[in-house]
Amino acid sequence: MCRTVDLRQAVLAKNTRAADVLRTELTARGTTVINLLSSPGSGKTALLERELLLARERGVATAALTADLATENDATRLARSGVPVKQVLTDGLCHLEADMLAGHLHDWLPGATRLLFVENVGNLVCPAAYDLGESLRVVLASVTEGEDKPLKYPTAFGTAQLVVVTKSDLAGPAAFDEAAFRAHVERVNPGVEVVLTSVRTGEGAGVLVDRALAAADGETVHAPVMARARA
Amino acid sequence: MHEMSVALSVVDQVERAARSGGAPGVRRVAVDIGELAGVVPDSLSFCFGLACAGTLLEGAELVTRSVPARARCAPCGRAWDTGMPPDMICAACRGGATELLSGRELRISEVHWSAPPTAPDPTPVPQPEES
Repeated sequence: MCRTVDLRQAVLAKNTRAADVLRTELTARGTTVINLLSSPGSGKTALLERELLLARERGVATAALTADLATENDATRLARSGVPVKQVLTDGLCHLEADMLAGHLHDWLPGATRLLFVENVGNLVCPAAYDLGESLRVVLASVTEGEDKPLKYPTAFGTAQLVVVTKSDLAGPAAFDEAAFRAHVERVNPGVEVVLTSVRTGEGAGVLVDRALAAADGETVHAPVMARARA
Repeated sequence: MHEMSVALSVVDQVERAARSGGAPGVRRVAVDIGELAGVVPDSLSFCFGLACAGTLLEGAELVTRSVPARARCAPCGRAWDTGMPPDMICAACRGGATELLSGRELRISEVHWSAPPTAPDPTPVPQPEES
């Protein structure tokens, strides 16, 4: 009994279904998820510390979940903002998946949360393949990482709905070519917004909260070409 | 790398299909991998071997097929291979491509069932797909 069958199943279909369910459930209770992706050391946590503080000052009910392979250092830092924070340890796994996230939110996420920031594992390859039920996907890169980062990690930058450049105060010493960076982002993801930020100078303060609130209010979010792929 | 997660998903889905279809074993699995899927075929093959251990797929072969990334500009109708790194900007009108035609696939395309060694088919018939 040997036979060949056309299975035609998407390998990540289970994750996509779980992400859709989570998005629907959270949207119904008024929570919008923001998925933050970047390399290790790009400054995700520092930027998020600032944005959580701003959100709290503005009276926006916000929470944050941060994922790392090990240590609770990031949760300790983020908790200083005073918003509810949860650390997820992935025990070596390089990315979060939708059902993992859903499991962690189940008995933790405060009911009135409007914005939930998810700081993914520092990695620009694997997390790009997993929808977490977010309404806004943000990809960050620091000025010290080089202008060609969007070309080296095209799937991450190509599926971003907002690109944030961090550590702009170091642009001079790092000889960061902003025009080249923007051109590279545009090549893989035409039309996506690129915003410069620095937690030292305050440049771009509030950008994550502003864009997240806009998404939560139903404003049109950028639809990347890669995310407009045919099924 | 997330290839191990992907390999486990492939094994889980194929095993499910095999059980529901009453197939006793799996000889070969074919997976389409788009250029922009972010999956390395060699790495997936390595992980697939490990993920098959102790399942209906034990000893199964993984065949990967690369799918080129192609984009199409709706305003001018031009379609092109995006290359790697991908270029989503239309060379004709300089507009942002409006659609990705292919390149993000990560799909089990075909599965070849087989009888286990302990229960050989009593009347083997050569199958065209084996030639």
